[in-house]
Amino acid sequence: MRRIITSFVNNRSGVLSRITGLFSRRGYNIESITVGHTETPEVSRMTFVVEVEDEGKAEQLIKQLNKQIDVIKVQDITDMPMVARELALIKVMSSPQNRSEITGLIEPFRASIIDVSKDSIVVQVTGKTDKVEALIELLRPYGIKEIARTGTTAFTRGTKQLKKSRHNLLINP
Amino acid sequence: MKTKVKEEVAEKSSSKKMNGAMMLVEALKEEGVEVIFGYPGGAVLPIYDKLYDAGIKHILTRHEQGGIHAAEGYARISGKPGVCIVTSGPGATNVVTGLTDAMMDSLPLVVFTGQVASGVIGSDAFQEADVIGITMPVTKHSYQVRDVNELPKIIKEAFHIATTGRPGPVLIDIPKDISNAEGIFDYSEEVNISSYQPTTKPNHLQIRKLVEAVSCSKKPVILAGAGVIHARANKELKTYAEQQQIPVVHTLLGLGGMPGDHELYFGMAGMHGCYTANMALYECDLLISIGARFDDRVTGNLKHFAPNAKVAHIDIDPAEIGKNVPTEIPVVGDAREALTALIEENGKPGHTSEWLARLQNYQREYPLTYKRDPQVVKPQRLIEMVHEQTRGDAIITTDVGQHQMWAAQYYGFKNPNRWVTSGGLGTMGFGLPSAIGAQLADEKATVVAILGDGGFQMTSQELTVLAQLKLPIKVIVMNNHSLGMVRQWQEIFYEKRYSHSLIPDQPDMMKLADAYGIKGFKARNEEEASEVLKEALNYDGPVLINVVIPGEEKVYPMVPPGKGNHEMVGVKP
Repeated sequence: MRRIITSFVNNRSGVLSRITGLFSRRGYNIESITVGHTETPEVSRMTFVVEVEDEGKAEQLIKQLNKQIDVIKVQDITDMPMVARELALIKVMSSPQNRSEITGLIEPFRASIIDVSKDSIVVQVTGKTDKVEALIELLRPYGIKEIARTGTTAFTRGTKQLKKSRHNLLINP
Repeated sequence: MKTKVKEEVAEKSSSKKMNGAMMLVEALKEEGVEVIFGYPGGAVLPIYDKLYDAGIKHILTRHEQGGIHAAEGYARISGKPGVCIVTSGPGATNVVTGLTDAMMDSLPLVVFTGQVASGVIGSDAFQEADVIGITMPVTKHSYQVRDVNELPKIIKEAFHIATTGRPGPVLIDIPKDISNAEGIFDYSEEVNISSYQPTTKPNHLQIRKLVEAVSCSKKPVILAGAGVIHARANKELKTYAEQQQIPVVHTLLGLGGMPGDHELYFGMAGMHGCYTANMALYECDLLISIGARFDDRVTGNLKHFAPNAKVAHIDIDPAEIGKNVPTEIPVVGDAREALTALIEENGKPGHTSEWLARLQNYQREYPLTYKRDPQVVKPQRLIEMVHEQTRGDAIITTDVGQHQMWAAQYYGFKNPNRWVTSGGLGTMGFGLPSAIGAQLADEKATVVAILGDGGFQMTSQELTVLAQLKLPIKVIVMNNHSLGMVRQWQEIFYEKRYSHSLIPDQPDMMKLADAYGIKGFKARNEEEASEVLKEALNYDGPVLINVVIPGEEKVYPMVPPGKGNHEMVGVKP
């Protein structure tokens, strides 16, 4: 099962390495990972998309992440009301003849062409993973030269922020 | 009075300007560190210069591995953090085994490693190693110091992290230029790490659930592990077991939590545990694990582990709960606080008399057994003799393997904090250096290092330290001229193909003892062993006792790998 996990971590050198090391030594596969500052400069947000066997494995992962001294808060937001987005840059083979055809194709995806060269264009698309993937499939027949994806970043909806404490873990409600 | 002195020290030193090396020394004094274990080298020369006249006891082991194992032994017995200082590169990589060992067995350590100067980090400088990278998975936390002014805060945090929550090793990597750099030493600030707030007080709701479960249970059992020892909760464990009439079994590292001769104590569980303890785990209807982490050596095949039991798990580390065994009643907290809460609840005990009678019957039917033969020294008999002659109250240290299992099975610990063994990692070479730390932590105690001939030869250089410090440690080498446990598995599972497990060629142990300036003994039969033990234990100084034991002797009973605890073999002679 695919889980989206967000966490707040201390913005210190080595923290990313601690976290990715933990994933690999506990046998978890990271599908994507995004990192960036939050509204507080000394805190970073990390968003992981991971593939796990079952909920027990997901819970164990969250507990292991929580155990890291530099991790402030971890939450599995997969089943919560949330917004999740990723950005992809797709370099597609394109001649002047089919350029307008591609433009028409990407429009419903609210994607845009951000660079044009002699025989290719770069399409930028933002959205949920399945939307990004659908567009990639549509563009594939034209010949895709390169794809760069950021991976998912996400948070929960509304104004309720994740509390920056580590207490109430899944157990001991 | 003591705190007043501490305050004065803090005041005096709070505004002082000094270099990083001096800060380290001052911080160790602030933390009340009595002894450090270490080995100097290039990157820690500034630190060693300050240690020269710091007035803190420094033990120079003859290998960094010895140093960190000694620190582990010290921590295990004293309950205080073990402190270790080593140089960069090879000094640091030599402590990796000890760090991992301490991580697995939850021992509080603060380890300082030197590092090449900040400016050359990453350039493959002489004696450079990426110690933070190497040790990240085997430390509770680690720091590399970037600014000398942060050093006091980092050290204070390190001691806090190492000793609170689930204890563990914390590493501080100090580049050489940081040790030389001047800064302001201020140690007065309280530690406050918002991202690290371990839960020690158990949740009342879960405690209530457990009380109810106990009342309804006819076959409860407590599996008590090292967490009980770390939390100094042995008295509470006994009181609670007596109050609720619940039988107790121990993990390897929990030994000593219940007195070995208590009527509610039914022995050690696990791969080489006793039949009664393993059947208690198999047949129980309520399993209360306290400070134990369901290691595979305890559970055997998880499919057959406590198949009919409701599981309650008390642990300070929430990540251990539900990791290996699904848990109905999770209790995150300190073992002593949880047991105290349970005792105070004073719930109605379940009807356990039939269950206790059943277990007592198992005990009579299937005791630990071996064939006695006075013509040789049976290892089990040797451990019994050590027990008799030390009245079950010596500090016993071991390596890993057959001798460790025999010691665990037959020593019969009367008290907690008397058992120093490498449980989780199973480290050969642990027993001798950890005995040094144990003796320094309890100078009056009789310390017996029970070692195999294989493990002994991995760290035997530390015999020098025994002689140098006149530590009256009794080193017993159970010499079967083989790597006994490897040999045992090859005999049982690999058609007696003893691939590289027999080591007939050995140093002359008597000459070795002599060379290191300690008294040597040897024993070849039971009578000799008894006499030699007596003499050695009465001798005021370190001794090395070479006891030749039969090579074919095996550790039984045994849960074969992949089997359930109820499928033990070798339960009857």
